[in-house]
Amino acid sequence: MSDTQSLPIANRRFSRLHINRRQRTVIVIALAAVFLLSLLVGAQLLDEAGLSTSLTERNLPPALAHPFGTDWLGRDMLVRTVKGLSLSLTIGLFAAVPSVLIALVLALASGLGNKHLDAAITWLADLFLAVPHLVLIILIAFVFGGGTTGVIAGVTLTHWPTLTRLLRAEVLQLRSAEFVLVSLRFGRSRWWVATRHLLPHLKPQLLVGFILLFPHAILHEAAVTFLGFGLSPHRPAIGIILSESMRYLSAGSWWLAFFPGLALLIMVRTFDVLGDNLRLLIDPRSAQE
Amino acid sequence: MALFLCGRVFRLLTLLVAVSLLSFLLLSLSPIDPVRAYVGADMLKVGPEQWANIAAYWGLDRPLHERFFRWGTAILRGDWGVSMIFRRPVLEIIGERAVASLALMLTAWTFSGVFGFALGVGAAMKQGTWIDRVIKWYCLTLASTPSFWFGLLMLLTFAVWLGWFPVGLGVPAGVLAHEVTLSDRLHHLLLPALTLGITGVAGVALHTRQKLIEVLQSDYVLFAKARGESDLQLLRRHGLRNIALPAITLQFASFSELFGGSVLAEQVFSYPGLGQAAVQAGLRGDVPLLLGVVIFSALFVFAGNLTAELLYRLIDPRLKLKERYL
Amino acid sequence: MSTTASTDKPLLEVSGLSVSFIQYAAGLRQRTFQAISNLNTDIRPGEILAVVGASGSGKSILAHAILGILPGNALVSGSISYAGQELTPKRQAALRGREIALIPQSVNFLDPLMRVGTQVRFSSLNDNGTAMQREIFTRYQLAAGTERLYPFQLSGGMARRVLVATAAASPARLIIADEPTPGLHPEIVKETLAHLRELSAAGRAVMFITHDINAALETADRIAVFYAGTTVETAPAGDFCGEGERLRHPYSKALWQALPQNDFRPVPGSQPSPADLLPGCLFAPRCWLSTLECASAEPALRSIRGGTVRCHHAA
Repeated sequence: MSDTQSLPIANRRFSRLHINRRQRTVIVIALAAVFLLSLLVGAQLLDEAGLSTSLTERNLPPALAHPFGTDWLGRDMLVRTVKGLSLSLTIGLFAAVPSVLIALVLALASGLGNKHLDAAITWLADLFLAVPHLVLIILIAFVFGGGTTGVIAGVTLTHWPTLTRLLRAEVLQLRSAEFVLVSLRFGRSRWWVATRHLLPHLKPQLLVGFILLFPHAILHEAAVTFLGFGLSPHRPAIGIILSESMRYLSAGSWWLAFFPGLALLIMVRTFDVLGDNLRLLIDPRSAQE
Repeated sequence: MALFLCGRVFRLLTLLVAVSLLSFLLLSLSPIDPVRAYVGADMLKVGPEQWANIAAYWGLDRPLHERFFRWGTAILRGDWGVSMIFRRPVLEIIGERAVASLALMLTAWTFSGVFGFALGVGAAMKQGTWIDRVIKWYCLTLASTPSFWFGLLMLLTFAVWLGWFPVGLGVPAGVLAHEVTLSDRLHHLLLPALTLGITGVAGVALHTRQKLIEVLQSDYVLFAKARGESDLQLLRRHGLRNIALPAITLQFASFSELFGGSVLAEQVFSYPGLGQAAVQAGLRGDVPLLLGVVIFSALFVFAGNLTAELLYRLIDPRLKLKERYL
Repeated sequence: MSTTASTDKPLLEVSGLSVSFIQYAAGLRQRTFQAISNLNTDIRPGEILAVVGASGSGKSILAHAILGILPGNALVSGSISYAGQELTPKRQAALRGREIALIPQSVNFLDPLMRVGTQVRFSSLNDNGTAMQREIFTRYQLAAGTERLYPFQLSGGMARRVLVATAAASPARLIIADEPTPGLHPEIVKETLAHLRELSAAGRAVMFITHDINAALETADRIAVFYAGTTVETAPAGDFCGEGERLRHPYSKALWQALPQNDFRPVPGSQPSPADLLPGCLFAPRCWLSTLECASAEPALRSIRGGTVRCHHAA
């Protein structure tokens, strides 16, 4: 009576893919983390000798001895790039951490406080978003008199608004959840509710938001040092390496710009991948993708 | 509608006041002495009385609120001060450079809008296939690319190696102003515009792809499929219509990023636009010019956001028709 | 009730249809949802077949399976044939909208940015779309300006009529109405049912999927009782009378007796979850007639007294 001819609309590949995908996510996260850590560690291990100038080896294109070539002072570009990357990473860290903290505090205050506080904080976030990021960073860097502090402050102050908005939405959603309402009814202070109830729920968003903030922070930091702010030629970040390379491009020393920028691209992309995969694992909502 | 516009204008005003106040405050806190920045290398030749004269000329010896008030009213009158670097009125400089920057941004904006949209639609229609994967990978990589590095690569390839385009500036060097032709200008505009445009494609493409995928998974597209509409018909009849609005609003809401990108592109190609002016002002402590650019950029971003909101209200029938009942 | 029920060959025949989905469960494990198991039904030209079952028992999935618009992660087995020929995915794509049409559940299934008149015209698949649409709107007593409205502007009654119009404007010979009267005002329900009868009187077969038994009884020629993803009985509408003694399956009898106008007595328990279906008869856990045989072997489809039933104890 029944013809058991199969009409597969999806194919079995789906089930194998699913198991692989979870493993793949974990593997990707591990690889990304290892790569980033080795950057940091590598920069420490590579001693200053690698940065020594060597006038006999100036402007060499990439070769086995110097995979990234050498610059106009004979310094090995690979060493310079790795050190520059780790410096950019550190600066990014110094900018991302305060940024996330500010975003968290303001989001909690905005979501749990009264309407006026919420309106004020939202207005403040809009204010910081009213001016293009780079222009604002230039302004803030100038105010701090240039230098690395200025750059860090600038990047910090331009990145908190977006994360605040995200977290605020989460807090507002959680706030209307029953367990929070009950807690508040029981007379728990808002501070208690914030730390005991909301924070655990916000942790995945926080972690992912933090990791994904990095690429933006690093790119902006590189951009602003490229423009000439936060200049400290003795410990050059990637932006400075790239801006210095501009002078020698017409002479044909393409490797001075190509490799550092490529390395920066790979590092930023790694953070992106790390953040996205982490989100897939941690955030239950995107598990179905 | 009128009410909406009034509300927006009011918001703009408060925003501008706040931005200028904030900037002014910040700048006055700056450790950089504007007089020193102005005098620069002639420092040794300028005696203390002359120093005080310069300070008085700029009103730097007055209290903060008085300075802000004077500056604010001057701005409203149209007197945006004189640039220290260029020794010309700030408004004049902004006016000139704004044209150059706007030309650059407009070209890049159109390029990234058109190609980003096309790529996004293509990726969504072929979701899951290798085309989709390639486009996604390409866009994600592009989104992580530092735009100034990309500009350097473009410079290297097309200007240095191939020699097709000039290495920088807005007009050919050594050519008299009235002899510069439109094609000269376009020639110098193209590389920076392409840099900005190509890096901008990524965001637009990914967003368009996401929105179209959402539309294709909606109930009404399911019903359209049940009616026998082919993929192409689905796209033409339902897809494009339902993503047009999100796509347009994204375009206008991206003015902030566009401006930021142009700052970098102008720096790489030494293109004389507002971005370069801002950088110079920031590096050399030209406060009036910096303030002027900050305010202009805030106006620019606001214009973009306002246009996005207006278009939404005008085009989406759900909003347009509901308004009649208000 | 339609009077043109014919004894021709069935227009649509579904045999042993099973549809399951692989989904992610908590903790990223995967589970199989058996939405439809071993379903059999058929419908003849010009007849109204009502598929009656509780909400959420997978009736919409039946509609989507026939049309071939199931989501990508669906696994289908069994066979469907239309007008005597196998309904392969390719044939489904060709026949959708042309021979088989769907009346969707709500205006959410209409493009929110397109006027309803334009959307109805799409159904006609040929050049006289506008004329066809206007004629149908007039027949359904929709005001002249309705065609220029957007879906969100339609009132409940107008929406129903427009949704039926999308199928009426098409050349389809088989129309599947998916929950056409969900929780609606009785007036609107009556009107919608009248439109369905009109369609069947014109010679089209109508598969009317619903959880509203009374509406089904008022309109349909035959009723397929749907339980836990399968049809347990298909009976002529006339068998639903008295104490339900003419019905064949215990569930149908229980359903009939549970109605307010009868005993108003429900059966304890609820439908099994599609994720954990047990072997044997799916109704066995709740059935007062169940024996060991019921729990181990799925009953075969039998023809009894002009209807079909899956029950070891049917007579």
